[in-house]
Amino acid sequence: MSEVSQLIEALSVEEVDAIEAEITHLPDRESAAIEAMRIVQEKRGWISDESLRAIARLLGMPTEALDSIATFYNLIFRKPVGRHVLMLCDSVSCYVMGCDKVRTAVCDQLGVEMGETTPDGRFTLLPIVCLGACDRAPVMIIDEELITHLSADSIPDILSGFD
Amino acid sequence: MITLSTKPLTERVEAVGGLVDMAAYENAGGYEAARQAITKSEPEAVQGLVKDADLRGRGGAGFPTGVKWGFVPKGDAAGPGHKYLVCNADEMEPGTFKDRYLMEMDPHLLIEGMLIAAFAIGADKAYIFLRGEYHESFKRLSSALADATEKGYVGRNVFGSDFSVDLVIHRSGGRYICGEETALLNALEGKRGQPRTKPPFPPASGAWGRPTIVNNVETLCNVPGILSNGVDWFRDLGIGNDSGTKLYGVSGRVNRPGLWELPIGTTIREIIEEHAGGMQEGYKLRGILPGGASTDFLTVEHLDLPMDYGSIQAAGSRMGTGTMILMDDSVCPVAISINLQHFFAQESCGFCTPCREGLPWLEQLLIDIEEGRGQPGDLELLDGNAAFIGAPGNTFCLHATGAMEPLLSALRYFREDFEAHIESGGCPYRERGH
Ligand SMILES: Cc1cc2nc3c(=O)[nH]c(=O)nc-3n(C[C@H](O)[C@H](O)[C@H](O)COP(=O)(O)O)c2cc1C
Ligand code: SF4
Ligand code: FES
Repeated sequence: MSEVSQLIEALSVEEVDAIEAEITHLPDRESAAIEAMRIVQEKRGWISDESLRAIARLLGMPTEALDSIATFYNLIFRKPVGRHVLMLCDSVSCYVMGCDKVRTAVCDQLGVEMGETTPDGRFTLLPIVCLGACDRAPVMIIDEELITHLSADSIPDILSGFD
Repeated sequence: MITLSTKPLTERVEAVGGLVDMAAYENAGGYEAARQAITKSEPEAVQGLVKDADLRGRGGAGFPTGVKWGFVPKGDAAGPGHKYLVCNADEMEPGTFKDRYLMEMDPHLLIEGMLIAAFAIGADKAYIFLRGEYHESFKRLSSALADATEKGYVGRNVFGSDFSVDLVIHRSGGRYICGEETALLNALEGKRGQPRTKPPFPPASGAWGRPTIVNNVETLCNVPGILSNGVDWFRDLGIGNDSGTKLYGVSGRVNRPGLWELPIGTTIREIIEEHAGGMQEGYKLRGILPGGASTDFLTVEHLDLPMDYGSIQAAGSRMGTGTMILMDDSVCPVAISINLQHFFAQESCGFCTPCREGLPWLEQLLIDIEEGRGQPGDLELLDGNAAFIGAPGNTFCLHATGAMEPLLSALRYFREDFEAHIESGGCPYRERGH
């Protein structure tokens, strides 16, 4: 097997098709870099070195150049994450409405700090900037679900819904 | 007599009581403005209407939209290749939640506004640059776009005319600086979202080096109404010097935080006291960030100002996004400044030194003051450095300028709080148990 087909092997047929579909909207292949990483991350949770190399080959660009793009963006993960990614807003409206207390409650409940993953791989905790739901502050998103009007007391119930 | 709408952005949502789908949008006369413009009018005529209506950009800077469209080269002057329209839907300014509402509730309004704008500037490619975390907006926009494409409103030969336009949603990888229009273009091209040198400005050389117009979601959503109801109607919607309505928002310790479409130029007092229901019991208003985290604080003495571009600017701040954040008397002004500077330091793209190195340094100095390690002279250090970093031209883009606006104004209006921290060697708010 040639080196190229081996690297492409690291991506699923669906992933390659989805990336190629994005490329049709763009003037060149490299322009799909961010969309391509989002597509691969969607199923796999993060971008491994192997995925990075395969995407770079598919787009015809150096792996290092793709990595410099990957590390620029908040939502592209270059490290493994837990089954659920919890992102708690720490911007100004949520701050005024008490997100510090919510953060303490989340960290206490899960026994890890912001930026860490629980040892059982259930949650990765990340801070995030304003989620555009400031009238319902404090807020967070778990995976793709927006959860609003948080209080320290509501945390155990909310977390128990994600296993 | 027909009474024309006073709430062109939100009336359909209110009538339907939720998401306005294709059927509801068309029942309310939707897509007629675009159909008329594209099949019966000329691009210059449409540009003229938007210019005469005096629509100004709702993304923060307030630049006149029709004037900006006029900068796109026409005919042979544009050279060969595509022209682009990009909708800035990267809403990430802390305290701002207006574009999300429009995209989730009335996605066809944005699509129709983009069709008209693309026609007016001769764009054959249009992108929605969408905040990566806006999952619900993505779903609803994608589904609305599929419906509009199926009906022949988007794609080849729109409404059977010889005008064609592709519309594609790009989901951002997430970084505040990508909202700055030249950084946005780099991000759209799949690169690191660093700002570009201006000039050239995007209308001359934007996406992939081609003429490009970048407009905010709310700006584009105002376009269909102007075409259906006319220039005079739009100008009369505003109370003072500005035209149209504005989506105003309030967050913080008020009774009813939320978002309202009101005549542009409504006073801050009316927005806070009538619409947001006033402060919650036990909390007093102290500071107002009128249009997001990157605008200067105002205080209770400014309550009677109209929320329009000129009045807020004359008071030393900016209307920005028009969604205000209220600081009540339980919040420590030093602590809120740390929160704001933490955001700007973290979101700096890192390209130029005063911003990359200066913002974390200022954040650390604020932390020292908050935690009781403040020294005499620290406030003068803050004043001097914030003024230097904030002066437009000392940094490559306006990110750092925006960062310094709330800090310089906090140092001015809440000086006694900063001084008390240094004198007492700690935070008086924490000692009071807040
Ligand atoms: C740091 C920074 C962040 C910005 N973020 C946004 C944003 O999230 N959304 C937006 O519409 N405009 C944002 N802007 C303003 C844009 O650069 C640009 O002025 C705007 O999209 C133009 O659209 P308009 O004329 O319709 O307002 C930002 C500007 C700066 C300097
Ligand atoms: S001011 Fe900040 S965000 Fe703007 S270019 Fe410089 S480092 Fe980047
Ligand atoms: S500040 Fe948290 S959602 Fe806006």
